Amino acid sequence: MSNEAVLHAPAGAGLHDAHGDHHHEHHHETFISKYVFSMDHKMIAKQFLITGMVWAVLGGLMSVLFRLQLGYPESTFPFLEDILGKWAEGGKITPEAYYALVTTHGTVLVFFVLTAGLSGTFANFLIPLQIGARDMASPFMNMLSYWFFFAASIVMLSSMFVEFGPFSGGWTAYPPLSALAAASPGSGTGMDLWLIAMALFVVSSLLGGLNYIATVLNMRTKGMSMTRMPLTIWALFFTAVLGVLSFPVLFSGFILLIFDRNFGTSFYLSDIFINGVGALPNEGGSAILYQHLFWFLGHPEVYIILLPAMGMVSEILSVNSRKPIFGYIAMVGSLFAIAILAFLVWAHHMFVTGLNPFLGSVFVLLTLLIAVPSAIKVFNWLTTLWRGNIRFTPGMLFSIGFVSLFISGGLTGIWLGNSALDIHLHDTYFVIAHFHIVMGVASMFGMFAGIYHWFPKMYGRYMNNTLAYLHFWITLGGAYMIFWPMHYQGLAGMPRRYYDYSVWESFKQFAELNRFISTVAMIVFAAQLLFLFNFFYSVFKGRKVTSQNPYNANTLEWTTPINPGHGNWVGEIPEVHRWAYDYGKDGKEFYLSNHTSRSRRKQSLIFKTEFISVIIFQCSRITGALFLSKIRNDKIHRNQKTNSITSSSSQTKGLHVIDKVHLELYRGFFLCHLLFAGAKSGRIRLGHDYTAFCSRHANHR
Amino acid sequence: MTALLITAVSLLIFVVIFQISKASEYVAILKGEEHSRKQNNKINGFLMVVFLVLGLVGVWYCNEVLYDKTLLPYESASVEGERVDSMLWLTLAVTGFVFILTQIVLFWFAYKYQESETRKVYFFAHSNKLEAIWTVIPAIALTVLVVIGLRNWFLFTGEPPKEAMVVEVTGKQFGWIYRYPGKDGAFGKKYYKNIDNANNSLGLIWDDKLGHDDLVMEQTMYIVKGRPVKLIIGSRDVIHDVGLPHFRMKMDAVPGIPTTMWFTPKYTTKEMKEITGNPDFQYEISCDQMCGNGHYSMKGIIEVLDQAEFDAKMAGQSPYYYTSNPDKDPANAKADTVKTVAKPVELASKVTAKL
Repeated sequence: MSNEAVLHAPAGAGLHDAHGDHHHEHHHETFISKYVFSMDHKMIAKQFLITGMVWAVLGGLMSVLFRLQLGYPESTFPFLEDILGKWAEGGKITPEAYYALVTTHGTVLVFFVLTAGLSGTFANFLIPLQIGARDMASPFMNMLSYWFFFAASIVMLSSMFVEFGPFSGGWTAYPPLSALAAASPGSGTGMDLWLIAMALFVVSSLLGGLNYIATVLNMRTKGMSMTRMPLTIWALFFTAVLGVLSFPVLFSGFILLIFDRNFGTSFYLSDIFINGVGALPNEGGSAILYQHLFWFLGHPEVYIILLPAMGMVSEILSVNSRKPIFGYIAMVGSLFAIAILAFLVWAHHMFVTGLNPFLGSVFVLLTLLIAVPSAIKVFNWLTTLWRGNIRFTPGMLFSIGFVSLFISGGLTGIWLGNSALDIHLHDTYFVIAHFHIVMGVASMFGMFAGIYHWFPKMYGRYMNNTLAYLHFWITLGGAYMIFWPMHYQGLAGMPRRYYDYSVWESFKQFAELNRFISTVAMIVFAAQLLFLFNFFYSVFKGRKVTSQNPYNANTLEWTTPINPGHGNWVGEIPEVHRWAYDYGKDGKEFYLSNHTSRSRRKQSLIFKTEFISVIIFQCSRITGALFLSKIRNDKIHRNQKTNSITSSSSQTKGLHVIDKVHLELYRGFFLCHLLFAGAKSGRIRLGHDYTAFCSRHANHR
Repeated sequence: MTALLITAVSLLIFVVIFQISKASEYVAILKGEEHSRKQNNKINGFLMVVFLVLGLVGVWYCNEVLYDKTLLPYESASVEGERVDSMLWLTLAVTGFVFILTQIVLFWFAYKYQESETRKVYFFAHSNKLEAIWTVIPAIALTVLVVIGLRNWFLFTGEPPKEAMVVEVTGKQFGWIYRYPGKDGAFGKKYYKNIDNANNSLGLIWDDKLGHDDLVMEQTMYIVKGRPVKLIIGSRDVIHDVGLPHFRMKMDAVPGIPTTMWFTPKYTTKEMKEITGNPDFQYEISCDQMCGNGHYSMKGIIEVLDQAEFDAKMAGQSPYYYTSNPDKDPANAKADTVKTVAKPVELASKVTAKL
């Protein structure tokens, strides 16, 4: 019996079945159902993690290869020809190959490693375990999510073996460069495959995201109110919301691009004369439209990458400082603020595209606003450390490293977000330094922190600490040595994505620095191999975990058996009686077995607030719909007057109907929400009522 | 052979590191895990401070070595760029202060509050006062930066002074084409379907008399010291970007959507050579938007001249109309454009209206 069946079984029976199921499960599971087409969220998380790690190695290797060209533009490396063949004839990487490497490095690390590898791993692994659920809302969809990602990976990988190479126009894939095969060799088959891979990836991330949201909202165990959730879950929840709302926009952008490439439309193309082809027939399109669509995902994407890392870091800092996270509500609030603002700042990537200066000014304001919640987070992390009792586990070290990098990279965001200053720094190495530190390396640190911290839960074994310490200190120092000097290159105006700087009077002075950076990059890459080795060695041969709760943490995943089976808890799911961060309360070191329930009054207050906020939200939506329909009607009337076209009345009617449908839909939503909220406040959960049958006194240890 | 050797040596180092790490694990078990955990904790706590000190020294050293290579030691070469520089210094002061403060606090706390048996953790879950402080202070600092930034932004993106000269810059894979309006001060209309690499690189409509005195150049663009210059930027194929680091200016070149940028050069190229002490100094136009395989070689040069030198330079140029149509045969020119006469004029006038 699958886990799904457990979840949908009648409430009373479910628990019993879950229990029984757990025991005979082992006999029925085949290799395929356990390791390949698994529906266990923990196994899917591991699949995401390992695939992500494979991509991280490939992406990292690519960066080493193109750094080789940047650092040693005059040298040849015969071994490169053995690896890359015609892309490095005579041991020197060709410009085509260089740009293909740069592009694929960006795409792979942003989407496949830091989105799928990070969110995919930890949302899958932690959400059910930390909210007290046996699995995701839809384990089947979850499995599909991984396999779509796998398919995307295969297509992306195959794009590297087509005749003219993979796409080479930068990970942002701006048309017309990406739309016209004649503009760049990689824009032919390579780009087709790139688009297919990305489309599959979007499907994967939507399937995952919807699942995460549904799980967090509906499947929390008894007593796990939203305000008791660990910050990891909050962060993963907001991440999923961001993904679900923004990936479709990217998808639509890609669809238009596919139309422009293959079916002769002109969404993005206008007034183009390509050498060797001549003038194209397309007129009236806007290349800038694509950038709007792309960055409408592209910016939230930054936070899709960053928020899970923030969540995990908050959790790990608190556990290992033996102190509550400082300002829990402010932490959730700032996550929320960042998530909202993430949708309102996309055009700060486009300050120099010639966009309307007024529009630009709005985006400056909103962009710099993000610094406020970011500052709150940083200061709250610092205060969490203050007067704690810090244990430097590898996870803790990487979390501290994350905070340091987030500060360094975040502060340069203030430079770049200010449009007048961005004019000078846009598309220079300053930008590379900024986003690699704040988004790339910092999130990578978050990921490492998560892996080291939850490895005992994932595999029931410990990783080697000495190797982990070495890995941390080399990576932290190395990351700063690589990216810190790039700020100076940016201040000299050195542009990104150049294959060779030696003909530029203004930039060739950095040859020595480029060599230094390339060398450090190679060392840091080698240090990552230490991690990889440590990881795979420890999966099979690591020291075994003997205690159920090795960190003395307060979150629910540490109440499961050391090697939890499918369904996570043997027997009942524990009931939650308090907040996840009560470390050190009343001077007590460890708190998990001490029950002090939050007052009922506070509970009902939370529900009331939820109820009221739903009403306010829905009322505002209805007003908005009414308002919109009014504007539309006005417009139509005006048009009628000016054009004096009588036959457009049928059109008017049609629009009226649309507005009415809208309104009805909104009303429907409203009622549903009311019912939903009412049901919640009546303490009746939607589905999965088995938690209600759990004992009132969960013994956590 | 060397590659093999390097691989062997790295592998060996790798194995050694691994063996040591493995051994340390066994030692830990022998010594007692709790004991060795505490020892490691002390080492890492100490390394936190070491990293802080080395890091700050590194930041200082990096600045020593690299500061002279940035553009900051010399003044901006444009009047408007000075505002960018002053903004840059102010932003650096604000962010630099926060950077130093928070990094010190972070690593110092990590060191100071490392595990100790004697310390009792201070239960401190939240404080509205503190949180209000670090919401309000950044908000104020950012407001100041935003206000200054936006004033500059509107200046840079606003209208140039009336006396500004106008140059049209067109990007193509992989180079720049410049067009001067000539004596009449007006550009002739153009239409992209007229583009012909041989004799009409911009697709000028020869029927338009305004274009007959337009000058078209490649490689080097000439502008005048002290006179504001407005660039009308466009592209023939993919998106490019006119990047002028010395003038602190940058603007994309988008096919089909003309953009503009203006600035006032302060120093001639000759003066700049003296200021920087580099006899090979050039004002370079770098393409700052990925535009294909030749992106890195898409270089243009700006030469800033005195008014007299500039006039002499311009006088020596013959209009593109004549160089492209040496025989000045009106029948030939007409045949070239007859197909596209109706639409292009309309389109081109739209474009000029937008400007």
